[in-house]
Amino acid sequence: MSTAIEDKVEAASKASPYITVTFRVRRFNPEVSAEATWQDFQVEIDPKERVLDGLHKIKWDLDGSLTFRRSCAHGICGSDAMRINGRNRLACKTLIKDINPEKPITIEPIKGLTVLKDLVVDMEPFFQAYRDVMPFLITKGNEPTRERLQSAEDRERFDDTTKCILCAACTSSCPVFWNDGQYFGPAAIVNAHRFIFDSRDEAGEQRLEILNDKDGVWRCRTTFNCTDACPRGIEVTKAIQEVKRALITRRF
Amino acid sequence: MSTEATPAAADVEMYDADNPAPVIEAPRKRTKKTPKSTRTNFEMYGWLFMRLSGIVLVVLVLGHLLIQLVLDGGVSKIGFAFVAGRWASPFWQAWDLIMLWLAMLHGANGLRTVINDYAERANTRFWLKMLLYTATVFTVLLGSLVIFTFDPNIS
Ligand code: HEM
Ligand code: SF4
Ligand code: FES
Repeated sequence: MSTAIEDKVEAASKASPYITVTFRVRRFNPEVSAEATWQDFQVEIDPKERVLDGLHKIKWDLDGSLTFRRSCAHGICGSDAMRINGRNRLACKTLIKDINPEKPITIEPIKGLTVLKDLVVDMEPFFQAYRDVMPFLITKGNEPTRERLQSAEDRERFDDTTKCILCAACTSSCPVFWNDGQYFGPAAIVNAHRFIFDSRDEAGEQRLEILNDKDGVWRCRTTFNCTDACPRGIEVTKAIQEVKRALITRRF
Repeated sequence: MSTEATPAAADVEMYDADNPAPVIEAPRKRTKKTPKSTRTNFEMYGWLFMRLSGIVLVVLVLGHLLIQLVLDGGVSKIGFAFVAGRWASPFWQAWDLIMLWLAMLHGANGLRTVINDYAERANTRFWLKMLLYTATVFTVLLGSLVIFTFDPNIS
């Protein structure tokens, strides 16, 4: 091998992209203590990597007991919503360089749901609200022999709300949901919106009636936390207001 | 890589795998006992009322503050004679009556929302709301009574 290449390799390793980042993780283990505590981990990592990579390094190299959910690692499955530096984000879509690695990066479970261990919460109330709005196509009459056609404009009407990955970042950023888990929460409303405004669906009226309830859309106070939190960029608050408007125009 | 762990939390090992610590339930978690849907439009009308009364209150309240506190020498002019003078006109009587009713119902409905949000136990919510409704009815009735029966020649 020529020395030129060796020099190059050496120069590259000198200009190492790695920096030391402190991850301050909220730990909770009911088999050890009833209290949740902060634990700091120092990790050497390329700042162009993601928070999820940092968590992997901790779990694989430092402390195998760290518990969190992730599946796809690419922003599709919605498993790894967590509170990073006080904001709900997907760990797999948050680059370390974007959240100031000079300071410790705090990582907590999402709020408003029961913490089971470390970053894992009980998602059941969230999915219960989702099921309550009947998130599936409902039609009357005979099955058509071919696909149900829809114009491009009709499809466009609810395009935004089809993007939801059910990560719960929105619902667990909502102060009304924090205080009262009875509220359906933004995610359930987003997924109701997806069918209410679908021209092929025929149960819009039923879904509107469900969301007209005392724990439905009228509890929304327009704080926009959900829109800020959504990793898919869905205009969540707007979708909620559209459901409100549909309810009002339906009555008057 | 190095791990810099904060001191272990539990000095006394009270919990273990067979005896885990109780997890903290989410506030008023949705359960089977959760009340069924109400099937009324009450919340919708409440929501609409907050916006509509708000619009009217902007005019009534700001106008009221302007007249009472800014125009004609400010607060110092307010006295029995000033009130008597204004309530001699049915226009100001109506203004104050509408403002009283709208502000009270608007404020009461707003506080009802706040109680629904923050009071966790069903009993606390119930009694706080009863207190709120009592205070509201009392204030609205007393205010209306005064506006309708005001006597400028009272001795
Ligand atoms: C000056 C004109 C006013 C406007 C435009 C206005 C508008 C509103 C609106 C739109 C809401 C609903 C907020 C939401 O649902 O998120 C609200 C809530 C509320 N308003 Fe007013 N309002 C006015 C005056 C008043 C007055 C005079 C009072 C007191 C008597 C009052 C007390 C409240 C309370 C307690 C709430 C509930 C707060 C909350 O939901 O967090 N408002 N107001
Ligand atoms: S609307 Fe956005 S934040 Fe809410 S669950 Fe769906 S993807 Fe997550
Ligand atoms: S791991 Fe699937 S969304 Fe992040």
